[in-house]
Amino acid sequence: MLDFLTSFSPAFILIAAGVLAAFIPASNISSPVRKALLIGAPALALVLINTTFFSQNQSTYLGGTMSFAGIELTTLRIDNLSIIWGYIFCFAGILNGIFGLHEKCKITDTSALIYTGAGIGAVFAGDLITLFIFWELLALSSVFIVWRGGPKSYPAGMRYLAMHILSGVLLLAGLVIYGRATGSYAFNNIGLDAPGGWLMLLAFGIKAGFPLLHNWIQDAYPRSSVTGTVILSVFTTKLAIYALARGVAGTEMLIYIGGIMAVFPVFFAVLENDLRKVLAYSLNNQLGFMVAGVGVGSTLALNGVAAHVVIDILFKGLLFMSMGAVLHRVGTTKASELGGLFRSMPYTAVFCMIGAAAISAVPFFGGFVSKSMIIAAVFEDGQFIVFAMLLFASAGVLEHSGIKVPYFAFFAHDSGKRVREAPWNMLVAMGIAAFFCIYLAIPGPFGGMQYLYNMLPSEVAGEAKFIPYSADHVVFQMQLIMAAVFAFALLKRVGLYPPERRAQILDFDWTYRRLGLALVKWISAIWSRLGAFVTYMLKKFFGMIGRRIYQVFSPAGTFSQDAPSGIAAVLISGMLAAVLLVVYFF
Amino acid sequence: MDLLSLFPEWVLVHGPAAIVVLPLMVGALIALSPSEKLSWATTWFVTGLSGLMSLGLLLQVISHGPIAYAMGGWKPPLGIAYSVDGLNAPILLLISVIAFVCTVYALPSVIAEVEPEKRSPFYAAFLLSFAGLMGMVVTADAFNVCVFLEVSSISTYALVAMGSSRDRRALPSSFNYLIMGSIGATFFVIGIGFLYMQTGTLNMMDMARVLQDIGPGDRVVQLAFAFIVIGLGLKLAMFPLHTWLPTAYAYAPSFFTAFLAATATKAALYLLLRFTFTVFDPSWHFISNALMVIIAGLGILGMLAASLQAIFQSDIRRVLAFSSVAQVGYILLGIGMATTLGLTAGYLHILNHAIMKGALFLAVGAFWYRFGITKVSDMRGLGTTMPWTMAGFTVAGLSLIGVPGTVGFVSKLALAQAAAENGWWWAIGVIVLSSVLAIVYVGRMIEQAYFQPVPKINDKYIKRNEAPLTMLIPLWTLALASVAFGIDSHWPTSLAQGAAQVLGDGPILLVRETMPAIPAIPSTGGH
Repeated sequence: MLDFLTSFSPAFILIAAGVLAAFIPASNISSPVRKALLIGAPALALVLINTTFFSQNQSTYLGGTMSFAGIELTTLRIDNLSIIWGYIFCFAGILNGIFGLHEKCKITDTSALIYTGAGIGAVFAGDLITLFIFWELLALSSVFIVWRGGPKSYPAGMRYLAMHILSGVLLLAGLVIYGRATGSYAFNNIGLDAPGGWLMLLAFGIKAGFPLLHNWIQDAYPRSSVTGTVILSVFTTKLAIYALARGVAGTEMLIYIGGIMAVFPVFFAVLENDLRKVLAYSLNNQLGFMVAGVGVGSTLALNGVAAHVVIDILFKGLLFMSMGAVLHRVGTTKASELGGLFRSMPYTAVFCMIGAAAISAVPFFGGFVSKSMIIAAVFEDGQFIVFAMLLFASAGVLEHSGIKVPYFAFFAHDSGKRVREAPWNMLVAMGIAAFFCIYLAIPGPFGGMQYLYNMLPSEVAGEAKFIPYSADHVVFQMQLIMAAVFAFALLKRVGLYPPERRAQILDFDWTYRRLGLALVKWISAIWSRLGAFVTYMLKKFFGMIGRRIYQVFSPAGTFSQDAPSGIAAVLISGMLAAVLLVVYFF
Repeated sequence: MDLLSLFPEWVLVHGPAAIVVLPLMVGALIALSPSEKLSWATTWFVTGLSGLMSLGLLLQVISHGPIAYAMGGWKPPLGIAYSVDGLNAPILLLISVIAFVCTVYALPSVIAEVEPEKRSPFYAAFLLSFAGLMGMVVTADAFNVCVFLEVSSISTYALVAMGSSRDRRALPSSFNYLIMGSIGATFFVIGIGFLYMQTGTLNMMDMARVLQDIGPGDRVVQLAFAFIVIGLGLKLAMFPLHTWLPTAYAYAPSFFTAFLAATATKAALYLLLRFTFTVFDPSWHFISNALMVIIAGLGILGMLAASLQAIFQSDIRRVLAFSSVAQVGYILLGIGMATTLGLTAGYLHILNHAIMKGALFLAVGAFWYRFGITKVSDMRGLGTTMPWTMAGFTVAGLSLIGVPGTVGFVSKLALAQAAAENGWWWAIGVIVLSSVLAIVYVGRMIEQAYFQPVPKINDKYIKRNEAPLTMLIPLWTLALASVAFGIDSHWPTSLAQGAAQVLGDGPILLVRETMPAIPAIPSTGGH
């Protein structure tokens, strides 16, 4: 039984569960079965990954080979790098299942299972073709989750789909060029110098939310449903980080891209009113840290990236869950309409603050042990400008996610809204996430930090050894936090902090949602006019030719007039002369 | 061959003379007949008998080779010789079968179109015209050709003029045809005269032998060729010498138009082949030049110009008449290639075009017979009011376009293959273009008939009024033949190959040991 289950990628178990869930009717009696699938399938996958990897002694497990169009595919490759993503994806799948227990939506459940499966399948893909297949499946399954957000989410879903299909097409083009040139479709370090490398980088970049390619995150994620946003925030972007770490680690350009990615969302996040959108910007900002880490590419940096992916999924999931709970109870996450909710949703408020502390890298909270590893790696690499940018971004994170989100939702001025505490299942999911946010950051015999560090791809020992809880690091981090809190308080006091306003913030997506649309409209208007003109000219031209032909050949035309016999006789003589000419002289 | 054994001996021996003399004599007799029914029955019988005899001769030629016949027992070259070989036997059968089939149709048609006192002379003139065409084809004597050419032409002028009781425009068109036709016949006679001057003989085979001695450099021979090509070109409606044809076809009595369109130009085409390839020598420099430049060149011009003209015509019969000019262009293109494949294709199209154009004109005659329809725009709703007639028309029309499964496709395909083999790729383009034009002018009529509403009279739709059976049977005989030979084209193709064989053999083999040799008159023409 176990041999059978480990002979293929656990992704297929999740996808099969998703297909099965689609056939379970949405009634009160049968939905627990579907919910059991939703939690059970990722749990089973988690167990299978563990047993598969540790039942053998090699550092890389290759399995699930199949032949597709004459190419050998490796659908299951578990090694030090991919197993971390595998673990956290399965774990996130379980948490999402618990968080969504109250919801009776077949489409979300089915898509979530397939989406989770596609994410896990892509992470364990040993070759580019398998990666591409799951890459596309990821996009197709997740767009239904976006569309669950109501009628407003439909156009956003279409834009989301367009971006991701574009990403898939770029990946396909890149892998075909790469495969043709190198003769191998193996998904290992590709590098930008390889043929097709740029195309694949662009494909990964779209999914990772590179600057100017990032808008689909803030566009689609906040528009999804309560549970949908939580599910979405986990897989797509983190998979892209995995693909970058696997394929193009050590590309210097990525360090700068990561720096910019970490900095620019800060401004948008500070201005933004919708707290879920704030979180979407902060997601982008955290991804910037990871991309910079991939760009450095040292052992320490990649360890930092892996650790930060784990921690980020936990605290970002936790924050989205808390805002989801608020949305579920209050019906909005607009900062201007919230406030004072700690009275009615105390547990949610506490969990949210734990998440905020984790993202702000407060000592003994998740971000402290992972993010600082990336920043240290960047420093070691001598990238001082990017180091400064990341520090600024850390402070910025504190401003918008660490303080703004809990402050405006649960404290600030009382909105007078009195609602019930979040449902128990949400609290359980948030509780688990909050527990791990703290547990994984606590050193020593009672904490879980060593488990996190032991799991990392390279041993955190020797020259790459990283000790987060050194005195100067803690002090430095606390100064940063204090300065940020002080800045927030000062700005708030003197009224310079951007007030919570219902406003539309122009981001780069304005260029394609407004300017681009206007341009397309203009082009189509001009095109149709041009088309009409060309049609008119062609009509005129062919009409003229038609008239000429008619004038010659029609019954009234020159050619058809009844010639008098005399003229006919002259014509005959002329023909005779012509024949004689040919016969005599040719 | 079993079929051949059914024919009595005298048919096979005296057939070549009988198929000409019989209609000639009977034609003279029935001019005096008091009863039109009797005239019709006699005509029907005579054409049928000619058809049977032609079939016997064709079978004889296929199984035993060419037949030579000395008229009145006078041995050639002094007497008049008739000969039947692979080249003219199929044409003889074609002319007589079409005549027979059309005669069936004539019974109602002539009553509707010709005044009562003219009906017996009408049949008489028809038989004379028929005899003339048969004579043109069967004779091996150059001057005899001129005689029969005149016999058929003069009776044709009269027959076209008889359409005047239907449409007075028949008279000027007949007159026009008379002038043009006479010029053509005169040119032809002049050409024969030049040849006689140089060779001293009128027997075609003898002429060919002497011409071989004279050689291609003789100016008089070249002049004779030019006159013969132009003279025959008028008769076969070679573009641009076709101007007599559309009006003659449009205003002649329906039945005669069908016969004329199917046979008259074909007999002239046969003569062109006979003279160019077996009296003259196609390997001669000036002949091959003329074939390529004049025959093929004018054929191409005709295919395009006449098709364009057909598109704009409002009168159905003029559409079909211009289409005939275009189809003659196809045949001339095949002949102009002067290769075995080209000649086969051209000859095949002679046979196939006769079948489909005959069917089309019979259907048009039926439209007039029932509804007085002559214009394309009046064909509205004919698919409902005359379904069987219109269906026959459609089948033949599709064949004219060249839809696969019809004879039109077979010969166009053969022509395209011949052009490809010859390296004339542009000619394939012209064939396709001309076929597209054919789609337009045929499609215009079919569209009117099937996709336009039935016209109303006094707010009532016109009732269905099918043509009589005597019209439908001949129409469908030809329409079905065009499909049958389109699906299994083996028989007509083998006939065409036999004809191409005769043409390919050239003039030499026609000289028979049976003929006493006449010493050649030394050439007097300038070299």
